[in-house]
Amino acid sequence: MATLVSGAQMLVECLVKEGVECMFGYPGGVTLPFYDVLYEHQIRHVLVRHEENAAFAAEGYARSTGKVGVCCATSGPGATNLVTGLVNALMDSIPIVALTGQVTSKLIGSDAFQEADTFGITRSATKHNYLVKRLEDLTQTIHEAFYVASSGRPGPVLVDIPKDIFQGQGHYMPVTSIHMPGYKVFTEGHTGQIRRAAQMIEESERPLVYAGGGIIASNASEQLRELVELTDTPVVITLMGLGALPSSHPNFISMPGMHGSYASNMAFQNCDLIVALGTRFDDRVTSRLAAFAPHAKVIHVDIDPAEIGKNRAPDVPIVGDVNRVLTRMVKMLRDEPHRHDEKTTAARRAWWKQIRDWKRQHPLEPSFSTSEIKPQHLMAEIDRISGGEAIIATDVGQHQMWAAQLIRFNHPRLWLTSGGLGSMGFGVPSAMGAQFAHPDKLVFAIVGDGGFQMSIPELSTIASNGLPVKIVVMNNGYLGMVRQWQTLFYNNRLSGVALDCFPDVEKLAGAYGFQGRTVEQPSQLAAALDAAVSEPGPYLLNVRVSATESVYPMVPAGAAIHEMVLGPPQPVAVPVPAK
Amino acid sequence: MLQVISVLLENKPGALMRVTGLLSQRGYNIESLTVARTLDPALSRMTIVVDVDSTLRQQVIKQMNRLLNVLQATDLTESPAVVRELVLVRIRIAQDARTAVLKEAEIFGGRVADSSTEGFAIEATGDPEKLNEFVSVMRSYGDIEVTRSGALAIALDAKKLRLQPPVPTKGGTQVEEKVI
Repeated sequence: MATLVSGAQMLVECLVKEGVECMFGYPGGVTLPFYDVLYEHQIRHVLVRHEENAAFAAEGYARSTGKVGVCCATSGPGATNLVTGLVNALMDSIPIVALTGQVTSKLIGSDAFQEADTFGITRSATKHNYLVKRLEDLTQTIHEAFYVASSGRPGPVLVDIPKDIFQGQGHYMPVTSIHMPGYKVFTEGHTGQIRRAAQMIEESERPLVYAGGGIIASNASEQLRELVELTDTPVVITLMGLGALPSSHPNFISMPGMHGSYASNMAFQNCDLIVALGTRFDDRVTSRLAAFAPHAKVIHVDIDPAEIGKNRAPDVPIVGDVNRVLTRMVKMLRDEPHRHDEKTTAARRAWWKQIRDWKRQHPLEPSFSTSEIKPQHLMAEIDRISGGEAIIATDVGQHQMWAAQLIRFNHPRLWLTSGGLGSMGFGVPSAMGAQFAHPDKLVFAIVGDGGFQMSIPELSTIASNGLPVKIVVMNNGYLGMVRQWQTLFYNNRLSGVALDCFPDVEKLAGAYGFQGRTVEQPSQLAAALDAAVSEPGPYLLNVRVSATESVYPMVPAGAAIHEMVLGPPQPVAVPVPAK
Repeated sequence: MLQVISVLLENKPGALMRVTGLLSQRGYNIESLTVARTLDPALSRMTIVVDVDSTLRQQVIKQMNRLLNVLQATDLTESPAVVRELVLVRIRIAQDARTAVLKEAEIFGGRVADSSTEGFAIEATGDPEKLNEFVSVMRSYGDIEVTRSGALAIALDAKKLRLQPPVPTKGGTQVEEKVI
């Protein structure tokens, strides 16, 4: 005779079955039964200090491991605080499952204490969401949530669970299969189209591979490497895809887009074939769409049919998992080796020379000063310490762009950044999530002085768990990216961007019981970073950098991708009018 | 011209909102919407009439197909389909106009659903544009009140329905109740 168990126990059993080892959450009234089961349970629950950071930490965990991240919040304010993190995961296709408590079923809709319409609010913030109305549905729903989050185009899934479901008693029946007839997952790709694509790559004179976050999501780095080496194609990798190929790979040009390199953007504008792999022709890459890559035919591989043709109509659309598609494409290329005719061979050689020339003409390289720390100098020093091996988490803005331009990655899943949504306050909690998954790895949170102040509550979580996260604040005293736009496009009328009264980090970190320091002199920077890294515990390093440095190259809003501003406007001598 | 999207979706709470949300998030107004159960009570069929240009409509339909509750969303705007609507008209008229109104209603295939000394309630079905004419003719006779069902559409050629087969869950195939 089997015993009755509570919904909360069933839920935890499902989490165990899904392989959950660690989750990030914040308890409350309606999740009490769930937390009671978690008490002394093998699943590690990390108490964050704000629910938004529970979602961000789950994303950091998911991005750095490839597993589903889990976060949890109570009803009402707990659930609404999760929303930014959910949308962030949706925009960047990161698999997370969010569990929220809901008021007792009978009270739903009665404006009960801490009630919010979580199911309604998060509908457009998730890939899919659920409200569990019957205990019999709970286990099935939890397994569906994990399946949906991690399959197809990954994304966040929320399960809203009323308190009476947690408390209800029933028999636990393990779920063995999931049937979702309307959930269409396309993985294989059309053989004929893959063959056509392979042929087009071979015949192209100026091909360019444009790889995105899909390569990371489908673990297709190896296939990508084989493809570009086999066909000797240059590669640009988007912000979301950095690390898909080692930064040192000879075929890798750099990141394209609004703050991409000159060579990457020029390559788009001059290529005759774009091979888009797990990427979505985002506006930050293409800039003015009508002027983007005017000479190029397009092969577009994506697992999400809704991305195909959304921004740029492809000549060869392939709906499928980029890993499987590339595996088959590489096999075709190997099985039927293609010999370039003389004309193509010469054209290919000229194309590579052209790309190398562009790289040489306008390289992405750090600048230095002896009087103040240049932000690029800071990124170069972090890169030196990382050597392409550290996990780097960032917020959004200038520091993010400089980090993306100047820090190298030898592997995928080292670069954690808020790409699509561009959320400030993402860096510190996501670094935290990654550090939980990789306790022995070096993890940097590189953040601006604005975003850092959105994450300060998590210093407590970091201290409490003794996480050796190295927080580096690139402090220019401004909301730098907004300041840059005001300088360039609003006559330098700096409105609402000055951040004064930044806390004394030595005292701030000290208040949480770990070390902090401020550096201002370029000569002290390297030693300060080395000291931060050699400290066994957390470290908060506040780096005062030049206040008004701007990120270049920059494609102004509305311009074509090749219409880059390559550096700060040079002072022009104004002729004195004759009297 | 009417732009018609037909959606086959799971008959579940929230499914309707997911579909319409894709239009409302872009600020598009739905001209009409009907939804009801199909032969399979687990599914509903929805017909949406909306004014969206063709490129965007294709994009929205792809995004509808992406929804987990949607089995199939199709654009019937330019494919062969029958579109019908029901209209109910209550008309108040004087005694001497009754015969004329009945004659006019007959021309449009209207049927008297209720009759009183005050006037009639008339129902008519047909092509939505034809019904517009019917309504304006009725209006010429007196005070009317109108309720329309919104367009219902059915495609004339069957489109293959691709459904996802069941997948096993993680962690074994044990089916017996487990004590935890």
